[in-house]
Amino acid sequence: MSVNLSKGQAISLEKKDGATLTAVRMGLGWQAAKRRGLFGSRTREIDLDASAVLFAENQPVDVVFFRHLVSDDGSVRHTGDNLVGGVGQGGDDEAILVDLQRVPVHIDQIIFTVNSFTGQTFQEVQNAFCRLVDETNGQELARYTLDGGGDYTAQIMAKVHRAGSGWTMTALGAPAYGRTFQDLMPTIQQHL
Amino acid sequence: MTAELVRGQNHPLPEVRLAIRISAGAPVLAGATLGDENGTVPGPQWVAHPGAPALPGVEVPRRAATGHRLAVDLGALPEAVHRVAVFLALPTGAGTPPRFGAVAAPHTTVESLDGTELACYTITGLDSETAVLALELYRRQGAWKVRAVGQGYAAGLTALFADQGLREAADVAAAAHAAAASGEAAHGLSRMLPAPTSAPSAPEASARPPQDASTAPSQATSPAPPHDASASAARVTPAPGPYDAAAPESRGTTASGTPGPTPSFAQQPEPAPSYDARNPYDTQAPGAAPRDSGTRVDYTHPGRRAHGTPPPAAPAADDGRPAPPVAGDAVGWSMEERLYNQVWGMFEDLARTTAAFRSAVDFADSRLEKELDQALTDPRGRLGAAGDAAREAAHVRRTQLVDQARVALDRDLAQLTAESEVVEPALPPAYARWDNPVWHGYRVPVEPPMALRLGDLHLPESASLRIPLLVRLPLERGLWFDSGPAAFGGAPDSAELRHLAMEAAVALAARLLAVHPAGDFAVQIIDPAGTGAAAFAPLTRAGVLAAPPATGAAGVTEMLERLTRRVDLVQMAVRGGAPESLPADVDTARRLLIVNDFPHGFDDRAVTRLRYLADEGPDVGVHLLLVADREDAAAYGPLLDPLWRSLMRLTPVPDDHFADPWVGHAWTYEPSLVPAGSQVVHQVLTEVARARTKRS
Repeated sequence: MSVNLSKGQAISLEKKDGATLTAVRMGLGWQAAKRRGLFGSRTREIDLDASAVLFAENQPVDVVFFRHLVSDDGSVRHTGDNLVGGVGQGGDDEAILVDLQRVPVHIDQIIFTVNSFTGQTFQEVQNAFCRLVDETNGQELARYTLDGGGDYTAQIMAKVHRAGSGWTMTALGAPAYGRTFQDLMPTIQQHL
Repeated sequence: MTAELVRGQNHPLPEVRLAIRISAGAPVLAGATLGDENGTVPGPQWVAHPGAPALPGVEVPRRAATGHRLAVDLGALPEAVHRVAVFLALPTGAGTPPRFGAVAAPHTTVESLDGTELACYTITGLDSETAVLALELYRRQGAWKVRAVGQGYAAGLTALFADQGLREAADVAAAAHAAAASGEAAHGLSRMLPAPTSAPSAPEASARPPQDASTAPSQATSPAPPHDASASAARVTPAPGPYDAAAPESRGTTASGTPGPTPSFAQQPEPAPSYDARNPYDTQAPGAAPRDSGTRVDYTHPGRRAHGTPPPAAPAADDGRPAPPVAGDAVGWSMEERLYNQVWGMFEDLARTTAAFRSAVDFADSRLEKELDQALTDPRGRLGAAGDAAREAAHVRRTQLVDQARVALDRDLAQLTAESEVVEPALPPAYARWDNPVWHGYRVPVEPPMALRLGDLHLPESASLRIPLLVRLPLERGLWFDSGPAAFGGAPDSAELRHLAMEAAVALAARLLAVHPAGDFAVQIIDPAGTGAAAFAPLTRAGVLAAPPATGAAGVTEMLERLTRRVDLVQMAVRGGAPESLPADVDTARRLLIVNDFPHGFDDRAVTRLRYLADEGPDVGVHLLLVADREDAAAYGPLLDPLWRSLMRLTPVPDDHFADPWVGHAWTYEPSLVPAGSQVVHQVLTEVARARTKRS
């Protein structure tokens, strides 16, 4: 059980000393849409992509997405692209792992996003969710339900940012439009 | 159904009259703040604390205790109140735990008045905090909800209040602590704390003391932690005086559930027993904590902690310090594979940590430039002290960031260096440097190795940390030792470079011969002009060559023809699925063809043959090692470009031409050479030759 967020709701999960937040995972899961039309073979496959953008004082420095699975410094890792989603029973189909202790010193924010690469809006996908997990204890910090979420194709999920000596996480859940993270950069900039 | 909340989770509240129960591993004071629409607390009169325990709709206890019950009537709250935040704080003063990390995780329960649990929340993960915002009841669209907050404050109640916008935070915090301390002294008068009859097991517990009283003394002396809530409650409840002596021990048992310093309890022996005995909440607490399913149970022996042996600082230090490195600390089926994976893991780690460092330095530099520009464009700062100060500050900021990045890099380099120091001596001959003692105990292997060390790689930031360049065997590409002076700015002269390139090539050939089982690997040499005779001496002297070096145009042609035939035949046999039908004179051993001074002595036909071998050879066990200056082959123009591209370029002197596959740094390659004056290659090759004659 964790916070269930609706569109645009922002909550802060920060812990003042941030000492325990050392590794976080953004998990993304969805179900392939039901077959429609006269021919059952004509599927409507849905490809959602999770991305993470690393910022140093509002300048994008590195990005982790399906074409660059590991940040150059090795602190942020994408587990690999899933083109069709899972069978829909809860597991993460894509995940991004962040080892906060290894993030380079100048990176002060990491933004997580979700895009619909195949263009379906979140109204059309089924059983899609996005969650943020404290990787050290497996505890789910926040969960978004994406399906029926609205007429948009992307979402700025959350940011993990430096605060004092540690890290804190703020859930954003801001809707956006775009095929890959590049299209989201203007929207992301608003949340830095 | 009790909703077990995790931090940040909310839960609807169906009723407005609630009881909030709190149990903690040590006495805490509890209270509540009332917030307006924006969540801010407008003034001290909006805070219910031990000094002001009753506000409209909220009643809180007057003193610190390990168990509390707060009464909340949401319907009776003023209209302006939109938020009730329940907080806990550790009392100040001697003998109290210094931080929440030192006591068991506080547990909170929201109940309706009939005792039904609606939601519960265990505040885990606290460390240096002395105050914590536990729960929040809030109004959302006319309905009330509860949210698990768990926000801790190392700076205590003052910070907690200040965070909610209370201007008089320090005064209220002081008043709360003072009242809690005095309330403790006068707690007998307190009527704030009715017995928690709402708890389902409580009547049972209070009903049982008469029967259990007889068993209580024996239990109290037993060091085992309580198994049963009612039993433990019963054990301590009827202790008005006779059991005073047992009480401190029972508290020690309670504290065993906490990771914290029990000695602090031992320092207050006198007030504790009496206060324990007379307050039902304290006595309830030891039992109440294990009863709640969400509470963690600590199974460590209670007696251990009392001696104060494991200070909490020790494990923390362990966490910060990486475990000492071990050779073979990687996945794999064999030690050889584990070491191979470990070396590549070190390679990747070094590439990535250096990438982090370079990225940080680049960023610091670009920021410095920007800030200097700004300082320059600011008309006020162009001249005079302000501008100097701005420039100075920009440089300081750059230095600070680079220093931080350097600290992180040094930390990783220290770890990798330590790892390298244990891994290098553990490497098998195929992976080891020539100065590794493993070569002195050399025996001809019975299995071919999975990989081979071609040399060492390092980066300018960490010149002393050498990563072995291990490549999988069989080689997928030919090798080329570049003897051209153009690439190195002519530092050593051309003849010297040729000599060094030959030396490196021979060392590599000797290594290949040595790490394969006898007869499994053969070396052939094409040396058209005979210029490499001296360099090849170690190979020729030891008698490990399959045939004497081919010299002259005829020799070149003949050897290439034989090898081409071999490639063709083996290819045919493999494709036809009949490798056993090869003619008897075709040796199936893998072989390395060393070509010195290419393209000297090669005609067009021979060049074509060589290209054919470079393309087709690796699949059928024929590998190339060229020692050449690309300039010498310039006459062929772009014709040979595919050949050069297909070869892995190695250099006889350190040169930064290797890119790693992750980040693409330019790594400096150095060949693995035999130390000057060392006889190790001679000894090893003698051993190889002996094994070979024994076999044939």
